[in-house]
Amino acid sequence: MKRTLLSCLITAVAIVTLLFLALPVIAIFAHTTPAHLVDQLSNPVVRDAFVVSLKTSVIAQALIVLFGTPTAYLLATRRFPGHAVAVTLVELPLVLPPAVAGIALLAAFGRLGLLGSTLDALGITLPFTQTAVTIAVAYVASPLYIRQAIAAFEATDPNLTAASRTLGAGPTRTFFRVVLPLAQGGLIAGLALSFARGLGEFGATIMFAGSLQRVTQTLPLAIYAEFDQNFDATLAMSGVLVLISVALLLGLRIGLTWQRSPSKRSLYLFGPSASG
Amino acid sequence: MAALALEEIVVPLRTFSLRLTLDVDSAIALVGPSGAGKTTVLRSIAGLSRPESGRITSNGEVWFDGARDISLAPDRRRVGLVFQDYALFPHLSVRQNIEYARRHEADDYLDRFAIRHLERARPPDLSGGERQRVALARALAREPDVLLLDEPLSALDAHTKAGVRAELHDLLRGLGIPVLLVTHDFEDAAALADRVGVIVDGELRQIATPTELVAAPNDSFVASFTGANLLNGYGERADGLTRVRLLDGTVVTTADDAYGDVVLAIYPWDITISKAAPHDSTMNLINAPIRGIAEIGNRIRITIGPVSAEITAESLERLGLQVGQPAYASFKATGTRVVANGRSVSGRSDDS
Repeated sequence: MKRTLLSCLITAVAIVTLLFLALPVIAIFAHTTPAHLVDQLSNPVVRDAFVVSLKTSVIAQALIVLFGTPTAYLLATRRFPGHAVAVTLVELPLVLPPAVAGIALLAAFGRLGLLGSTLDALGITLPFTQTAVTIAVAYVASPLYIRQAIAAFEATDPNLTAASRTLGAGPTRTFFRVVLPLAQGGLIAGLALSFARGLGEFGATIMFAGSLQRVTQTLPLAIYAEFDQNFDATLAMSGVLVLISVALLLGLRIGLTWQRSPSKRSLYLFGPSASG
Repeated sequence: MAALALEEIVVPLRTFSLRLTLDVDSAIALVGPSGAGKTTVLRSIAGLSRPESGRITSNGEVWFDGARDISLAPDRRRVGLVFQDYALFPHLSVRQNIEYARRHEADDYLDRFAIRHLERARPPDLSGGERQRVALARALAREPDVLLLDEPLSALDAHTKAGVRAELHDLLRGLGIPVLLVTHDFEDAAALADRVGVIVDGELRQIATPTELVAAPNDSFVASFTGANLLNGYGERADGLTRVRLLDGTVVTTADDAYGDVVLAIYPWDITISKAAPHDSTMNLINAPIRGIAEIGNRIRITIGPVSAEITAESLERLGLQVGQPAYASFKATGTRVVANGRSVSGRSDDS
C-alpha cells in the first residue's frame, strides 16, 4: 500500500517536471499558426540573422574541432606539471558569466586591449565584426566539446593503442585507425552540445561583437532586438532554434544508437561511457 | 646466439626492480605470483615499457640498449604480443583485426585458426576461446620474430581451458620462433613451455624443464610454486638418512643429506592416503584427522595434518573419506626433498 502511494507520488512529481520543461517550448508553436511562422522566415531581419548564425557557428565549430581535438588528446593521455591548471583553463569559459566572457574578449582583443596594438599594427580590427562573433562563439562553446573529447579519449583502452603499436602501426596510424573510431561517439556528442551552446550564444557576442544586422546580429541577438517590435518574428526565430536543438539532440541519439558496439555505448550525452 | 636475448635488463617497479637475463630459443614460460613483474618483462620486450638499463636483442638486431640509448619504437620491433584480455579492436571485424598488422590477406590465418566462419563478427560477440584464436592469428599475421603471450589461459573458464591448452601446446611447437609466455599457473607453464622460469619480486629464481623444477627445486619458493608441501623442521643424520623433527613433533625421514634447520618438500602426488595403516616400506607416516577436501580440476586435494595429497575422485569415493575422519598419509623418504638447509629458514621468503 505504502509502496503504491510512493510510486504515485513519484509519477506525479515527474509529470509536473516534464510539463514545466515542455510547456514553454510548446507555447512558442501554439502562439500563432505554423503558416504565419513560416511567413515570418522571409522577413529580412530573420533571414540575415539566420545566415550570420549559421556562418559563424560552422566556422567556430570547425575551429573548435581543429584545435580542441589535439588539445583534448594531449590532456587525456599525458600527465605533466600544470595539467590540472590546463584542464581548469579549458573549463573556465563554461562557468564564466557570458557577459564577463565578452568583456574579457574585449580586454584581450579590443582596440585598447592586451593585443590591441599588435592587431592594430597588422591592420586587424576584431570587435564588432563577424570574426568577433566567431571568436565569442568559439570561446564560450569550446569547453563543451573539449571536456567531452577528453572523457572520450580517456575511455579508450590503452591496451588497444599498445596492441596497435605492436602490430606495426605508428602513432599517427594508431590515432586514426583505433583511437579516433573508438572515441568518435563521444566527440560527436561533444560537438552537438558545443554547436547548440554556440548557436544560443548571447552575452559574450553582444559585448564583443555588438548587434549589427547582417554583420554580427545572430538569431539570439535578433530575437532580443525584435522583441518589442515584431513579436511574431521573434517567435519564428525561436521556433527555428528550438527545431535545430531538437534535431541536434535526436540526431545525436540516433547516431549513438547506431554506433558499432551498441552494448558499450551510453545514450546519455553526459555519460562517461558515451565514447565506449 | 639466442633468437631473443635479454641481457641484465632492469625495470624499476613500485616496490622492487625487475632484473632479468634470459635467452629465449624455444618456448619459455615465466611463472610467478601476481605482481612479480612478469607482464613488465613482455612489455619491455615489445617496447611498451622502457627498461632503466640492459640490452634486448632479437636475432642480433638491437631492440634496446640502455648504454647506447637505443630503444626501438614498438612498431619497429617484430614482435607478436597477445594481451591478457586479448585487446582485440572492438570496432573492427575479425578479418579486419587480422589484416590490421599486415597488408596481407587474412585468409591463411582464418583457415589455420578455424575462424573463417567468424570473419565478419566483431570481437564483443565472440566467446573467450574464439577471441584467443583471433588474438593469436592477429599476432602471428604480423609475422613476428618472437611471440609473447601474457597469461594466455587466464581469461578462459575452466571448461574451455583444457581444450585450448592442448591446442596452444601444438601451435607453439609448430611455430619455429621463440615464444615467451607468462602465467601465474605452474601447470599451464609446464604444459605449454619446454623450460619454465620461476620469477619472484622481479628476480628469476630458477629456470629449468618442468620435470627438473619438480625434481630439484632450488629453493622453498620454487618448491611451493610447483605445488609441493613444505615442512619446516630440525634435521639430524641417522643411518645414512636424515630424520627431521617437525614443529608438531612428527618425525619425517628423507634420503637427502641435511642438518639443522631444514625445509622439506613433498609433492601431493607422492603421498598415499589410506584409512588403515599401510604395511609397506614407506618410511613416513602421518596419522591425523582430515582437515579439508577440495576439488582442483579433475583431482581432489586432501589435507591431513601438515600435508596435502592429491587423489582422483574415484579414489576418494572408494576410500569413503570425510572431513574430520582420521586417516593415514604415507610417503617415501626418497620422495621427500630437502629444499632449504643449514640456517634459520622461514618457509616461502627464504631465498637461498
